Amino acid sequence: MPILEFKNVSKTYDNETKALNDVSFSIEEGEFVSIIGPSGAGKSTLLRCINRLVDASSGEIVFDGQDVTQMKNKELRKVRTKTGMIFQHYNLVDRLSVIENVLHGTLGKKSTFSGMIGHYTEEEKLRAFEILESLGLADQAYKRCDELSGGQKQRVGIARAIMQQPKLILCDEPIASLDPKSSKIIMDHLADINENQKITCIVNLHQVDVAMKYSERIIGVSDGKIVYDGTPEGLDQKTIHKIYQSKTSDLITDIGGEAHE
Amino acid sequence: MNKAMNQAFRKRKITYTLAFLVVLALYLISAYITEFDLQTGIKAFPEAAKWMSERLIPDAKAWERLPKILDKLFETALLSVAVTVTAGIGAFMFSLLGSKTTGFRGIINQLVRMTAAFFRNVPDVVWAMVLMFSFGQNILTGYFALFFTTFGLLTRSFIETIDEVSASCVEALNATGANFIQIVFQGIIPSAMTGIITWILYMIETNIRSSTLIGILTATGIGYLFDMYYKRIEFGSAGLVVMAIVVLVIVIETISIQIRKVIK
Repeated sequence: MPILEFKNVSKTYDNETKALNDVSFSIEEGEFVSIIGPSGAGKSTLLRCINRLVDASSGEIVFDGQDVTQMKNKELRKVRTKTGMIFQHYNLVDRLSVIENVLHGTLGKKSTFSGMIGHYTEEEKLRAFEILESLGLADQAYKRCDELSGGQKQRVGIARAIMQQPKLILCDEPIASLDPKSSKIIMDHLADINENQKITCIVNLHQVDVAMKYSERIIGVSDGKIVYDGTPEGLDQKTIHKIYQSKTSDLITDIGGEAHE
Repeated sequence: MNKAMNQAFRKRKITYTLAFLVVLALYLISAYITEFDLQTGIKAFPEAAKWMSERLIPDAKAWERLPKILDKLFETALLSVAVTVTAGIGAFMFSLLGSKTTGFRGIINQLVRMTAAFFRNVPDVVWAMVLMFSFGQNILTGYFALFFTTFGLLTRSFIETIDEVSASCVEALNATGANFIQIVFQGIIPSAMTGIITWILYMIETNIRSSTLIGILTATGIGYLFDMYYKRIEFGSAGLVVMAIVVLVIVIETISIQIRKVIK
């Protein structure tokens, strides 16, 4: 059984802009899927429909055996604890310490009161430390997040997501604000989590070459529709241009020859 | 090209000239109606300064009254702090309902913003006049008059602060499955705290100034003392009151600058 299934999902903003148009696909447990497409194609909307940061207008989204589109408050929060999310701008609480931000990953499973006052068990703290260690951030644990570099902040974002012990991690442009070196570190960590912890990853990406290198499956979105769904090997120049609705040599991936290795 | 440019410049010249003429006309009309004469006004300045330097200097009697003046000054300062802190707590809870970040939308949002605008836009002195009918001339009137405007102003400022600094982390905490109260305490309060404290310090300063004026109306605090000495023609004592207020305002401002530096 697939862990995630989109059935004819559409999303219309303000009764006008169609961000998603009759999207259907399914993802098996343990897959590493990249979603590529031009800005405004609906990649972000697609990702946010899964954990209902955005509500789909029609269709069904089945995650872990349950349709999330009809869920109410409490059920929805439970689903959210099972899906970690990583953001382009990290979305950390900058004035809190690194370790506190990582521990935020447990909030969904805590009582209102202990979450409110930030009371965490010894076990949770130890696990947060282990995760930070595995991401090479043990030395930064007590620093305030606004003292960190972009790459470090994103690793805290990943730590927070892993802390949730999720079944699925949604990454919305995780490396769009990072330099090439930090980008590689982040992508390597995501690949590692996918491989060793068997957590399913869906990653929105702008960089076609990164998507081809890291993922086993690529979904190309254009104008709210899926125009490609397959292996990186099957993604040729023609399809890339179809996704980005561009002519040959209009794209930065065209510089220096073939994007397809 | 050149013609279009000349036209654009000429249009601006005409706008400036017209604006100047309108302001001038407004001044002349209102001066005529109120029989205000700028020349006499300016000429009176040196004389006024001389008068102040002769009469407003505290005399021996004024210095004897210093403990009483300081006592009232302290009362006024404490009132301002009490008003600002209580209004701040109320405004924070209210601003959570008025902020778009927290997820309240539509009617609640509009209602909060309208209420805040109403309280903010009625000046505190007007609130004091209105409240005097129900509470009479006492410190409660002053308290509520300041409370209402402070509450209105802080609600709006807090909404802006929250929307500005915590929108992104609220989204992330929502995604982890945290509930509303957890998000407020773990996300909104830590990120908006410095902004909130800065606004509260600013309002304490403003309220010390306003409460002096309102005290004249409600016959309480330092404003009352000034009014009384002034009407008894004991200008030396009134002058000491003014000096005490100036010193207090400077002290409070220095303290809040220091606090702002620390919480950065």
